[in-house]
Amino acid sequence: MSTDVANDTKILPPDYELKQPEPEHCPGPESDNAGKGDACVGCANKEVCESLPKGPDPDIPLITENLSQIHHKVLVLSGKGGVGKSTFTSMLCWALSSDEDLQVGAMDLDICGPSLPRMLGCVNENIHESNTGWTPVYVTDNLATMSIQYMLPEDDSAIIWRGSKKNALIKKFLKDVDWDCLDYLIVDTPPGTSDEHISINKFMKDSGIDGALIVTTPQEVALLDVRKEIDFCRKAGIDIIGLVENMSGFVCPNCKGQSEIFKATTGGGEALCKELGITFLGSVPLDPRIGKACDDGQSFLDLYPESPTSEAILNVVEKLRDAVGDT
Amino acid sequence: MYFFTGFSNKDLYHHRINYCEFQHQVSMTDVVEELPLSLSNVKHILLILSGKGGVGKSSVTTQLALTLAGLGKKVGVLDIDLTGPSLPRMFGMEGQSVYQSSEGWVPVTAYDNGNACLKLMSLGFLLGDRGNSVVWRGPKKTAMIKQFINDVQWGEIDYLLIDTPPGTSDEHISIAEQLRWAQPDGAIIVTTPQNVATADVRKEINFCRKVNLNILGIVENMSGFICPHCSECTNIFSKGGGQQLANSQKIDFLGSVPIDPAFVEMIEKQSSSKEQLVTLYERSSLAPVFESIMQKVFDNKIPSRV
Repeated sequence: MSTDVANDTKILPPDYELKQPEPEHCPGPESDNAGKGDACVGCANKEVCESLPKGPDPDIPLITENLSQIHHKVLVLSGKGGVGKSTFTSMLCWALSSDEDLQVGAMDLDICGPSLPRMLGCVNENIHESNTGWTPVYVTDNLATMSIQYMLPEDDSAIIWRGSKKNALIKKFLKDVDWDCLDYLIVDTPPGTSDEHISINKFMKDSGIDGALIVTTPQEVALLDVRKEIDFCRKAGIDIIGLVENMSGFVCPNCKGQSEIFKATTGGGEALCKELGITFLGSVPLDPRIGKACDDGQSFLDLYPESPTSEAILNVVEKLRDAVGDT
Repeated sequence: MYFFTGFSNKDLYHHRINYCEFQHQVSMTDVVEELPLSLSNVKHILLILSGKGGVGKSSVTTQLALTLAGLGKKVGVLDIDLTGPSLPRMFGMEGQSVYQSSEGWVPVTAYDNGNACLKLMSLGFLLGDRGNSVVWRGPKKTAMIKQFINDVQWGEIDYLLIDTPPGTSDEHISIAEQLRWAQPDGAIIVTTPQNVATADVRKEINFCRKVNLNILGIVENMSGFICPHCSECTNIFSKGGGQQLANSQKIDFLGSVPIDPAFVEMIEKQSSSKEQLVTLYERSSLAPVFESIMQKVFDNKIPSRV
């Protein structure tokens, strides 16, 4: 029997309308102080907020329950955009799922710019619903994915959402997606240290996050943002499994000469790890074919197993598996 | 102002989401229909946007600013990437701070030769330590952007460039809302050539259309890398994606910018150089590329706002 989502009010986020965007020092419409803080005096939302249910979030035990059969939960983070979080997430998924004994899930939290479906070659799929919740999209028998991309009316619809709405969707992804038994859930995140990051940590804290994998590129402008992400992990109490330096060095396919595209003028990822006491998992060189493989949704690791890039990626995956205690 | 509606039950049931929150609904109490005073002497406002992160929005913003300053213009640069501000590092101004005058925040001056000037405003100048993270949810970011638009003393400026974070979320809704009455010239969209990037950028273009922001054109960044050993050009992130995107969306194509490791090096080593960044940049191999991009923007002949 399938549940009718439309009539099941329990699984929906609290339905309320704010009359204006939340003010700067807003305690948060869902907090205990909603409607009572200093910022609430004179705020048009005061009454709406006061009438909302209070207390600890009743959804968190449900999330913990839903994720209880997932052994390892890994966040892929980076303060900087375009360093290869999604590419690396997809590589990690391909690599792990090549072991048929492992069940792998990939969750795409980048709501305004979802790239995982394309990289995993399932961009035009739809989400199905069953009595146990939303069924994720299966790329292979043992690789499941979830992304907002599967719900868009058109490929290039823009998701113009403020944070509060993104949080509600993230909650649904955790609470209502039928992940079933997984060995790994890999969570791809957007750049920055804002709503998505605060929410995923809050929602998953009780289920236990194994840790975060930080991705960076070698130049200082990227490292600067990555420092902020590391600072965030420390503030939020998320363990850092290690750091991967992506796009380090490029081998010209014509003359085999090596060059650095993103110069590590300050020592790159390795120096940052030393400075901050983080495990350095390795450097992954740039291979121009990787972008093409991602565009086509194919596994780079299967296509070009001889590439030094594949080797470097598999090396990192091995270290990651050791770090989370999976042998 | 905006209506926050959550998901409707029906949307969820059909797994199709009502994807646009930008519906303006004028509230009775809070109508700000006037131009912020701080922008009253700013002649042109350009936004630099991209749905994708790491495509080079900040590096394009920096180079546009350097090009304009090199042409003798007075330039202001506003960085609204609050959780990852890179512009202070780009202009070699890390560690500088803005101070508050009776009329508002005074931006950091990176260059001034009496005629042309370069002024910067970024959250990076307000942080104690460069490693500190700003862990803010939407409402605080919105408030900060409002303050950046209303309280910075730009003075007389020819071009104000606004650098944005990736996405189509709080920062973007807020800046579009704040500039609604300010008549910005429009947006320059930055992309890299590969499909994964242009897919996100198409979302950004849809955003611009939704909020009625004029699109000035597309810049394709990181198109090709010239090997320093054999001068062979490799298309690391494939090729032509920007031009195709421009054609399919009927938007002007402003130019493609190759990867030049010397630019990153110039940025990183500027502090040890005796020359100003504007002068150093004039000798960069990328300078003519950006001059031609800027020329195409000038060709629109958008009248001064003042």
